Amino acid sequence: MQRTSLIFIALVALFLLSPLLLNPYWVDVLNNVGLYAILGLSLNLIVGHAGLFNLGHAAFYAVGAYTAAILNTRFQIPVLWLLPICALSSGLFAGIIARPIIHLRGDYLCIVTIGMGEIVRIALLNNVFGITGGVNGIFGIARPSLFGISIQTPHEFFYLIWGFVSLTIFLFHRLENSRFGRALNYLREDEVAAEGSGVNVAHYKLACFVLGAAWAGMAGDIFAAKMTIISPESFSFWESVLMFTLIILGGSGSIPGVMLGAFLIIGLPEVFREFANARLLVFGAAMVAMMIFRTEGILPPRPRTYPSIEPPSGEGRR
Amino acid sequence: MSILSVTGLTKSFGGLMAVNDVSFDLAEGSIVGLIGPNGAGKTTVFNLITGIYRPDKGDIRFTETPIVRLPTHRIVSLGVARTFQTIRLFQNLSVLENVLSGCHCRMKAGPLRAMLRTPGQLREERRALERALGLLGFVRLRHEAQQLAKNLSYGNQRLLEIARGLATEPRLLILDEPSGGMNEQETIDLIVLIGKLRGRGITILLIEHRMSLVMRLCENIVVLDYGAKIAEGAPEEIKQDPRVIEAYLGTEEGEGE
Repeated sequence: MQRTSLIFIALVALFLLSPLLLNPYWVDVLNNVGLYAILGLSLNLIVGHAGLFNLGHAAFYAVGAYTAAILNTRFQIPVLWLLPICALSSGLFAGIIARPIIHLRGDYLCIVTIGMGEIVRIALLNNVFGITGGVNGIFGIARPSLFGISIQTPHEFFYLIWGFVSLTIFLFHRLENSRFGRALNYLREDEVAAEGSGVNVAHYKLACFVLGAAWAGMAGDIFAAKMTIISPESFSFWESVLMFTLIILGGSGSIPGVMLGAFLIIGLPEVFREFANARLLVFGAAMVAMMIFRTEGILPPRPRTYPSIEPPSGEGRR
Repeated sequence: MSILSVTGLTKSFGGLMAVNDVSFDLAEGSIVGLIGPNGAGKTTVFNLITGIYRPDKGDIRFTETPIVRLPTHRIVSLGVARTFQTIRLFQNLSVLENVLSGCHCRMKAGPLRAMLRTPGQLREERRALERALGLLGFVRLRHEAQQLAKNLSYGNQRLLEIARGLATEPRLLILDEPSGGMNEQETIDLIVLIGKLRGRGITILLIEHRMSLVMRLCENIVVLDYGAKIAEGAPEEIKQDPRVIEAYLGTEEGEGE
């Protein structure tokens, strides 16, 4: 037990020092992994914990990114100050959009969320309200600065992004092990039984959408600050698919699973850049193999532990 | 005083009259049986009381409060808990977490307090945990607390459903065939358990096919046939009622002692 935690600490330390050893290109790859980790963790609340199929998460990401871009370029508000505002706008958007569709089940909800994602992307393309800049998007977003230090290079962004990832893991771990996290699991397992046990199912479905979207909105804010240019093509259906796949591959409902998924889905293709043409083939084969051999993902969630309880009796644990 | 009063309850599905003008009252602290042949509309009555279906006509009052239009979770938090005929546990969650689901409506902490782990939230979690473990002890499943619900035996799954219902702190507990799938010994234990629940002041309404259990426990019995109430009374009267014998005891099974 002690040994594994030592190894874990050593790995984290090595990871935090890795920018010193890597060139900017690879640090940027790690930054992308970090962004998708945030997005994956936020979508994990909806897909992994509540079991609601959402294939339109890029829409919430886009709302956050565009909120940051518009407010920053027009009113020169520093991007990091905009984090809560992006969370709010994205969460509000999700609340309004999800309310009428939340009672849909499984594949029906999935299709509607795909539609929602596309509508948002096309609205952005068509320069909705004349503020999104159409196909070209918005450029000239200011770099963030933290405690007077301007964050510009990939190395600097590495610490901003992975700091946010760490905060997300810390908070979401607590959330998982709470009344809220359990309620999401109850409604995933059996809606009727959850409602019959006194859980307000409709409320929690909406709440997980709003919270997941708010987090994706903040990821959008960081993304806008990192790129300084955003355009609709960054928020395509494919982005939603990536976020969804990394959860399913890594282990839905499991924070270590989502982290691993982000590394595999976003990081690995960069490692095997030479085989770019075969990427989708390998990707597909890996998914098929997983569906056969490990349906719960590579690192499925471990059962929660509670203090003052003796270990389980008998066999048959998963 | 009656804790639950049902008047003129009617529900049809398409052309099928599932429940037809059913009325009855439950005295607080009593154990009442709802019996009738298969398809008589018993479970539909339960689903109407707990808000899963909405009645076409009729009124349901729980402690004088009308509950017909309320969503299920509101009815639960008012103090009506139930178990299901086809067991509906959260199969892939632990036994303990299944009971904690019942504690949910008596807790308050939302996502923000969970993320901040405020002292109040921690205290609330600890209290819920203690209460859930206490209830598991009550149904004698404490040693299985960390086991997944799906690994329990059928009889124990029924007990776990009862524990989950009790965790909502009900004043009325509705049991849909609690002895289904239990063996003789488990059924005897169940009878003792239900007796203890009455000792705690909980009113009980149950659907049951085992006449031995119904006759032993219930002080009042309501008989349904084709969605309509055909008789109501003490076990002795029901046993002698010719309509009941014709509809149920005479044709279905001769188990009624």
